[in-house]
Order: sequence, then structure tokens, then C-alpha cells
Amino acid sequence: MIVGNRKEFQEIVGMLGSNRRVLLLGCNECVTVCGVGGEKEVGVLASELRIHWKTAGETFEVKEHTLERQCDYEYIDQVRGFVGDYDVILSMACGAGVQYVAEAYKTKLVMPAVNTTFLGVTLEQGVWSERCQGCGACILDMTGGVCPIARCAKSLMNGPCGGSSGGKCEVDKEVDCGWQLIIDRLTELGQLDRYEDIIPVKDWRSSREAGPRKRIREDLRL
Amino acid sequence: MRLSYPSNVKVVKVPCTGRVDILLILHAFENGVDGVYLAGCLEGECHFLKGNLRAKKRVQYVKGLLEEVGIGGERVEMFNMSASQGQRFAQCAQEMTERVRSLGPSPVKGGSKK
Amino acid sequence: MKTNSKIEKIWDSGGFIVTSECGPPRGADAEIVRKKGEYLRGVVDGVNVTDNQTSVVRMSSLSACAILKGMGLEPILQMVCRDRNRIALQSDILGAAALGINNMLCLSGDHQKFGDHPQGKNVYDIDSMQLIQTVRQMRDEGKFLGGDEIKGKPVIFIGAAENPFADPFEIRAARLGKKVKSGCQFIQTQCIYNLEKFSRWMQMVCDRGLHEKCAILAGVTPMKSAGMANYMKKNVPGMDVPDALIERMKGTPKEKQAEEGINICVESIQQLREMPGVRGIHIMAIEWEEKVAEIVKAAGLFPRPEV
Repeated sequence: MIVGNRKEFQEIVGMLGSNRRVLLLGCNECVTVCGVGGEKEVGVLASELRIHWKTAGETFEVKEHTLERQCDYEYIDQVRGFVGDYDVILSMACGAGVQYVAEAYKTKLVMPAVNTTFLGVTLEQGVWSERCQGCGACILDMTGGVCPIARCAKSLMNGPCGGSSGGKCEVDKEVDCGWQLIIDRLTELGQLDRYEDIIPVKDWRSSREAGPRKRIREDLRL
Repeated sequence: MRLSYPSNVKVVKVPCTGRVDILLILHAFENGVDGVYLAGCLEGECHFLKGNLRAKKRVQYVKGLLEEVGIGGERVEMFNMSASQGQRFAQCAQEMTERVRSLGPSPVKGGSKK
Repeated sequence: MKTNSKIEKIWDSGGFIVTSECGPPRGADAEIVRKKGEYLRGVVDGVNVTDNQTSVVRMSSLSACAILKGMGLEPILQMVCRDRNRIALQSDILGAAALGINNMLCLSGDHQKFGDHPQGKNVYDIDSMQLIQTVRQMRDEGKFLGGDEIKGKPVIFIGAAENPFADPFEIRAARLGKKVKSGCQFIQTQCIYNLEKFSRWMQMVCDRGLHEKCAILAGVTPMKSAGMANYMKKNVPGMDVPDALIERMKGTPKEKQAEEGINICVESIQQLREMPGVRGIHIMAIEWEEKVAEIVKAAGLFPRPEV
């Protein structure tokens, strides 16, 4: 799923500026699962904003609304009837959602309440961890199912570097060395001989390097 | 025992402090209370195993939110006591009342920042 | 393909190689490079010039190499993958060869987190293994990574670094094997303080026969004080400093600690020279270049061979 962090409250307040009628838009997908932008978090941010403006003694209106998704036009379109009642849409979706809402309502201010961070997994309730960088050319078959691009701080294709110590990365003692994980897994699979293979220079054109990406499946198009 | 505790304390009964959602606390502040405290069972003695421990974490989280919005994290607190500790119940009510009194009325009421 | 590298010539003649390093200054003053170079003249066979080591901005390695080359020294250009993509790396390789630089050390580079610009974005388009392959392809096949032909091949002797003390220990020799397979011809190791562990690594290297395909230069760093020893143990990633060594430094009066650090370094060199497979010493006297001559002489490695 896509994981994010909620922005600091003061940053959000600063961003909103003098806009006092806010449509706070949550998303029921990834950001709900990672506890950053679902119905619950919409409720919390709305409450914080109300407390803030009440304390300041100023009028403020926030409409709480959570969409099934903010990455599909059909759902975004559901707020069209009342979007005009608000000065700004404050979206709690990932960066994709925020942009798609902005595309749908061209004359409406749309702002992000979330910093989108990574593609990851739930390690345990309340803990998420990065796994993929969407490079567009997966090599997990060669690396024991552990991605060196996402999980090595230097994205080394032929690691580990000299900073791997006790299974941890030199960049942060809390972070596992991706290459240690690869070697452990290859060992468990009885495939450590694969470590001897040199992974060739990567063609980054499948990644963001070739510009914004688009995918089309003709058979699914209407 | 017929112990007395400050009359300004309004008790909201919940089956377990584990039921107390952060939104319940925030909404109370939105509606003008000066302070909120949770009276949970002693740690390790939750009938539902972890309800009071969850409540403790949520109180910590709400403290952060209240700091963020500028009304101060001290206005919310977690206390633990057993059902037989009437004395402690009264004592906590007294302690929290004194704390909130010294902090003054919640700035949410009437927009004191203005 | 044979190069004009002095290191390669000594390796071919069966001699023992001594290299050292020169960290470029944090400014544009060429005199500092010349001064450091002067300390090393005639004392070592090659001088590594670090490439923004520990991710702290310094004068470019290539420029400092050119200055040393102008003084008649034999520079070893260190190049990290952190700051440059394949276009910039290949361009600098051509530039280095054009300036008559005969040696290159291919490195991944310390993460920028440790430097003075932790806010920066790293590149890591390719890694050190692939950089080795790139230089070899450019030199031996006369082709860029993209496949186009190079007019005027860069004739460079290719080196890399290896840390025998990093984890997982078991694959360290295998990793060196991959570097050798990629085209690496000489290796300079991380500073060695734990000789016992190094000898185990060296054994694994010899078992694979890598010492015959690639010159292994054992890295040493003289310690200036007990504080430095402690710092290295605690704060430098992948550094293995045995407690006995720290105790020995601590047990020495403060004013004698620098001298003791030199003694330890010389003793280490003497032991390393005796280890099967070790073909040279790489002395990394960090901001202490003036001591290299003393160390080389005390270790009985002077004079250096004429090749």
C-alpha cells in the first residue's frame, strides 16, 4: 500500500491561510489502512481545526467527507454537488489522490494534509515499512525476494557495502541491511551460489527517469 | 465511605477505558471542557487484558494533539485505580481539578486568543 | 591491456606495493595539495586522492589528482557512485585518462547522511561493481556503457576497496571475487586493526585464488590518540578496533600516544607483510600525511623501487 505521514498541524494551518470553509476529504484506501487519511483521521484533523479556530474566536467551517478512493474520477465526482460551498479542499489522500482531485475541480484550491512517503507493508498494527520503489523492472527473482533498490540505502545492485554491521545499515542502526536480508534468504533457499552472479547495470528507463509513466491495457478500455 | 470529590467533575461511564476513543476526548474539548481524565483499572488488571494500556497510549497521543492546537497536553491525563480504591478516586478527582484550575479555563471557550 | 600505472608495474615485477592517500582541502587552495604531495614524494608508489570522503564537500578528486600528477607523483583517482550518474562517471574517466592519471579506485561512497549535506539527493545510478565493469569495458573494449565506440580509450589500472570487517563476514571474499571478475586489479582494504580477523579473511581470499588475480593492499591507519581509537571503534561504520589496542593506547601517557600509534601501525605493517597473499600496504594517515615517510622507513619499506 501507499504509506504517508500526516503533516504537522501548524503547517496545515499555515497552508490554509485565510480560507475558513474547508472540505476535508479522506480516502478509504491505503491511507485508511496506514492510519493517516481515513475517516478517523479526517475526524481528528477536523476536531483539531475546530478547536484551533474556536480558541482564536473566529468562525470556521469544516465538512468531513471520506471517499471510497481519490484515485478514481467516479468517486471524486461524488462531492461535486457541494464542493462549491467551500473555499478549499484539504485532501488526506496520497499525492496521487490530491492531484486527481485538483484535476477534477480545476477552479478549486486543493491542498495536501499528508506527506506521501513510500510503498510498503504493515509490519504489525501501527508499524509500516518500505518495500518497493516502483522502478518498473523487478529483479526480486534474482535477490531472494528482497529488493536491493528499496531496501539498501544506496540501492546497490551488488552489495553489501562496507557499512553493513551486525545485520544493520550504516545509515541507521534500526534499519536492516537489505543485502544481509538478501544473503540470509538466499542461504535459506539454498541459493547462495546466486550471490556470485553480478547484477548488470540497470536500465532506469522503466523507472521515473524516463519521465512520468503511464500504463495502458487496450483490452480493458471502453 | 461517602467520600466527597469536587462537584465540577462530570463522570462519563464507559465499559472500559479501552472504549475511550481519541475523538471522544477531542470532542469534549471542542465543546468547552477544561480538562479530561480517564480513570482506568490498575495496569495488568484489565478485564479485557489491554484496555487500560490502550487508553494510556491514546491519552499520550491526545496530549500531542492538544499541544499542536495550542491548548496544552496537561489538560488530559490517565489515572489508574481499582474498584475498591474509593479514596484514590476522590484523590485523583481533587488532583486533576487543582491542575486544571491552575491552568485556567480552556482557551477554546469564547476564543481567548482573540 | 597494460597501463602506465606504477602500481601495475610493481605488481608485474613481483614487488611489494606501498600507497598512501591525500585528502583534498575544503577550499580552492592548490598549495595544500602540493604540500601534502611533497610529504609523500618518493615515499610511496601511488597516492589515493579521496572523492568527497565521508560525503563532505572538498576540492574535486580529479583536480587534486592533476595537481599531484603535475608534481610527478602517481595519483590514484578515487571515484564514488554517490554523486554522479553513468554519464558523469564516464566523462570523468575520460578526463582522468586525458590528464595522464593511470589508476582509479571504484567505490560506492559513504552515504550522504554522514556528510555536510545530508539534505542532498544521492545518485547511485550504478554501483562500485558496475563502475569497475564500466572502466574495464571502456578500456578493453573501447566502448561506452551505452555501446558507442570510444575514440581514444582510457588506459587505466582498476582498483576497488573491500572491508574485511563488514558483515556478513562469510560472503566478503565472495564479494571480492565478484569485483575481480568485474575487472578489478588491485584492492585496498579498510584499515586493519584486528589482524586475526583479517588473516581469516585473507585465507578465504587465497582459497579462492583471488590474491593471484588481484593485488591485495592491506590498509592501515595510524592512531593519533586513545580518543581517536575509541572514536573509530564506536562511530566509524564497519571498523573493528580490538579492546586490547584501545587499552594499549590508553595506557600510554597522552604526550606519547601519537608515537605509540605510529609504533602500532609499524608493527601491524610488519605482520601484514608476512601474511600470504598480501602484496602491498595502503597507509591512510588521515590529516597526518607528514608521518607517512616515517612509517614507511620504520617498516623497512624504503627506498621504493624504480619502475
